[in-house]
Amino acid sequence: MSEKKLMKGNEALAEGAVRAGCRFFAGYPITPQNEVPEYMSWRLPQVGGAFIQSESEVAAINMIYGAAATGKRCMTSSSSPGISLKQEGISYCAGADLPFLVANVVRGGPGLGNIAGSQSDYWQSTRGGGHGDYRLFVMAPNGANEMGNFPQKCYEVAFKYRVPALVLADGIIGQMMEPVEFKDPEVDVTTLKEPDWALGVNNSRAKRQVKSYDLREGYLEIMVRERAKRYKQIEENEVLYEEKMLEDAEVALVAYGTSARVSMAAMKMAREKGLKVGLFRPITLWPYPKKRLIELSGRIKKFIAVEMSLGQMVEDVRLSLNGRGEVYLHSKPGGSVITAEEVLATIEGVMKKGAKEYAAIK
Amino acid sequence: MQLLNKRPESLLDLKMHYCPGCGHGIVHRLIAEAMDDLGIRARTICVAPVGCAVFADAYFNCDTIQGAHGRGPAIATGLKRSKPDTIVFSYQGDGDLASIGMAEIVHAAIRSENITVIFINNAIYGMTGGQMAPTTLIGQKATTCVEGRTAKQAGYPIRMCELLATIDGAAYLERTSVHTAPGVLKTKAAIKKAFQNQVDCKGFSMVEVLSMCPTNWGTRLDNPSEATKFVAEGMLPVFPLGVYKDAQKQG
Repeated sequence: MSEKKLMKGNEALAEGAVRAGCRFFAGYPITPQNEVPEYMSWRLPQVGGAFIQSESEVAAINMIYGAAATGKRCMTSSSSPGISLKQEGISYCAGADLPFLVANVVRGGPGLGNIAGSQSDYWQSTRGGGHGDYRLFVMAPNGANEMGNFPQKCYEVAFKYRVPALVLADGIIGQMMEPVEFKDPEVDVTTLKEPDWALGVNNSRAKRQVKSYDLREGYLEIMVRERAKRYKQIEENEVLYEEKMLEDAEVALVAYGTSARVSMAAMKMAREKGLKVGLFRPITLWPYPKKRLIELSGRIKKFIAVEMSLGQMVEDVRLSLNGRGEVYLHSKPGGSVITAEEVLATIEGVMKKGAKEYAAIK
Repeated sequence: MQLLNKRPESLLDLKMHYCPGCGHGIVHRLIAEAMDDLGIRARTICVAPVGCAVFADAYFNCDTIQGAHGRGPAIATGLKRSKPDTIVFSYQGDGDLASIGMAEIVHAAIRSENITVIFINNAIYGMTGGQMAPTTLIGQKATTCVEGRTAKQAGYPIRMCELLATIDGAAYLERTSVHTAPGVLKTKAAIKKAFQNQVDCKGFSMVEVLSMCPTNWGTRLDNPSEATKFVAEGMLPVFPLGVYKDAQKQG
């Protein structure tokens, strides 16, 4: 089990999903996530699963809606414009309380954008994305190893709370090659208990219905509020984050995914200069680790959100802290990659009082 | 008193919401009878659409799933590929299948998904209040073509059986009608065959049923049978009945 393999992030994600029990994949090609369906196309038949290259992203997510309704572990993946097309189906799955895994290997946007890695789908991922009141369980890997290991956790949470789970990566993480070590034992799907809501052969039980609607007056509100209770439980039980050198830090970089890797390098450069800088990396983007940020604000007064977007996650930093610290932003939109030198310059600017260009976000 | 024609086990004893003279209730019963006849109720999953038949998921006595407009064949694909031992049918109207869901139905046929599709063609959008459908006839009035559909503005009515018959993966395509008693019996036979094909793993089967929509056609509501005239005189010349594909017969 401890064997390390050199894998692309996208391949690790696919293999990780199969090891976590995924037996159905439907998707449509879009750069930079094509290795996922390519890998699934030969890997799933090896384990008795099914792969379909659908006619569109819209069809793919609805195939997932059907497959998820049978209680099987299933998955789809795409990149930004394709995820936009899937949003209707994701909303239906959320409304029907169906668990499944969706991966977004983000590229620059809006629109067709470019095919470089980006983090500009944060709002779409953490605020629902489709219509209606719903949430997704969102995990943000920082490399190929986490790409391979996150599907297991995603399925566990998705099935426990009956919510869709999203792996939010970006084109760089999808394309990078790194040693991957699958930590959890491979799931034996024959041991997975069929959920009591799964559609299928019905010899001795009452019929089951999977639907996202309730037209009776007041009943949809009851459904939505019942679901909100599960969201609350997820917020209480399933928050994940990582901390580096925050014990004595005066400034905390807050970053996920690729920008967390860059921030780590910037942190080390700052430390070499004697600057007390640490890194706070949210691993779950929803639920966002806001309680921990509040705790940290007891001794850290400056937080710099580092993002490959115009500044989306920074809103969660501000909402979490709610005025308890100074919040700054280092952002780079349009599929451009942040460099550690740039982040270091921001750190130095923020630490010099009165530097106008680094004024805290109010 | 002897009960000669009892309710099929596959249809629950619920008051349906359909308008007087609408064909959905008839077709629901035919599907249920076919399920009973073939003994497949306990392993059948119904994919209900958006539109008038949205509550089909309540009426059938089998597992059901309700999806978005046009996506029935994709949902059915996911169900069937995940649980190949089930019998999966998608129930769709003309806006659903021939407009917003055109890609899904065509590609389900291309892949020859081993599913059954029941396609209700009443040449109009029902649930949303009588707008033009892709099957609305030239000259037919609808709320989005109040003077009658023109080819110049909206193109021509689409014939789905004929279109899908060009696809190698389509195993069985038949167009029937429920505007007459013999038509109802033929529709029952076609639906049964479309399910039997799935039991026998023959691939994609679709039955297109010409049906009535007295409310949105503006026919006399105190005599809904008048709507059957519109099927006979308006729809039949545009949508000829018959078998358009039967892979078994073609060998």
